[in-house]
Amino acid sequence: MMRYMLRMSEVADLSHAPLEELIVCPACDATYQLQRPKPGERAVCARCHKILIEPRKKAGMQIIAVAIAVVVLIIAASVFPFLQISAAGRSNSVSIIDAALSFTEGPMLVLSLLTAGFIIFVPLLRMLLTLYVLIPVVLDRPPARYAVRAFRLSEAMRPWSMAEIFALGCAVALVKVADLATVSFGPAFWMFGVLVVLVIAQDGYMCKWSVWNSLEHPKKR
Amino acid sequence: MELSGTPQKTVTAREAGLVACTRCTRAWPLGTDVCGRCGATLVSRDAMSLQKVWALWVMGLMCYVPANMYTMLRTQQLFDVNESTIVGGAVELVHHGAFGVAAIILIASVLIPLGKFWAIAFLAISVRSHTGFTSQRRLLMYEVVEYIGRWSMIDIFVVAILSALVQLHGLVSITPGPAAFFFALSVIFTMLSAQAFDPRMIWDAQLNDDEAPEHV
Repeated sequence: MMRYMLRMSEVADLSHAPLEELIVCPACDATYQLQRPKPGERAVCARCHKILIEPRKKAGMQIIAVAIAVVVLIIAASVFPFLQISAAGRSNSVSIIDAALSFTEGPMLVLSLLTAGFIIFVPLLRMLLTLYVLIPVVLDRPPARYAVRAFRLSEAMRPWSMAEIFALGCAVALVKVADLATVSFGPAFWMFGVLVVLVIAQDGYMCKWSVWNSLEHPKKR
Repeated sequence: MELSGTPQKTVTAREAGLVACTRCTRAWPLGTDVCGRCGATLVSRDAMSLQKVWALWVMGLMCYVPANMYTMLRTQQLFDVNESTIVGGAVELVHHGAFGVAAIILIASVLIPLGKFWAIAFLAISVRSHTGFTSQRRLLMYEVVEYIGRWSMIDIFVVAILSALVQLHGLVSITPGPAAFFFALSVIFTMLSAQAFDPRMIWDAQLNDDEAPEHV
């Protein structure tokens, strides 16, 4: 898909421009006069080519829909059996929670809590925060209380949300187990697969600048 | 490379007497402490950045050594106990003919971490002294490091899945070894180290380079 690129080109005329009409590239500190791209366009830093603004039509509604789906899937995928193995008449089935909490000895317990956080709680919390922040914005209501803090927290947690890495980990684990025992998939396995696709799509839809901007200037009815 | 690509000189926020919020791109007068839009702490250049980067980098490297020496996986099959390290596990996979998976493990737990250590060190050094790399290339390098670093956690997740799943009492069972703990810590420290790096310093260094040769 080709998209028109709007190069941020107007170097800020600093004597006149109010600070609200400026945008600064977070990666290289270049300052520009704010130019709002239309939906489908993107505004790019002329010096380091970082994407600054990337609005999409009806992105808010789509993000909310996906976030609700992800919340439901995370909860369901954590509870239902995930994988099952059997060999010589014995079998064992585990849920994602079991897998996350498998480090139990001494300091390994910390590792359990970290894995559980990375694959279940951080993705879940990020989606809940996204819903909390975006629902009022999309419905043209004033932002929710602490919406700014919530969105900042959600952005800070972004690198620690590792559901998609866990999914690839499953594939590797399956190959390792294959010659020890027979493996079968539980319903949670498929839910988790869908979830990963949705989480990745979600990240692509979200234009951070637009969210911050609408939190700063809520539309008035 | 990009000489003709930048027709007019860019003005940095710092030169303009402004400080930028790196989280929401809003500009504020220099000296403002907290962003009025998103509430993030504002610093024009993080003076402590390099110190933090190096401290976390060393922590990461210190954890990476035991991560490779201790056992990652302990497989008990009937009465036969097999302990394998990260690299040992990958070599075993090759013997079983699973080349693709062995490659994923080797890339995620050896190549990426070592590459990351090298790249972060290179970036931190390049801020202080001249290197042959353009700023664009170094920024690309920084973005790759930030994006790819998380993927090293895959080995930890594999161990977690295996040791939860493979518990057939008396027949075969897998338990995690201490290496898993150190490896996870190493990944977390290097991620924090990369996050502590302020990419705006890359461009400051280049500006200094441009000015320096005329005087020397």
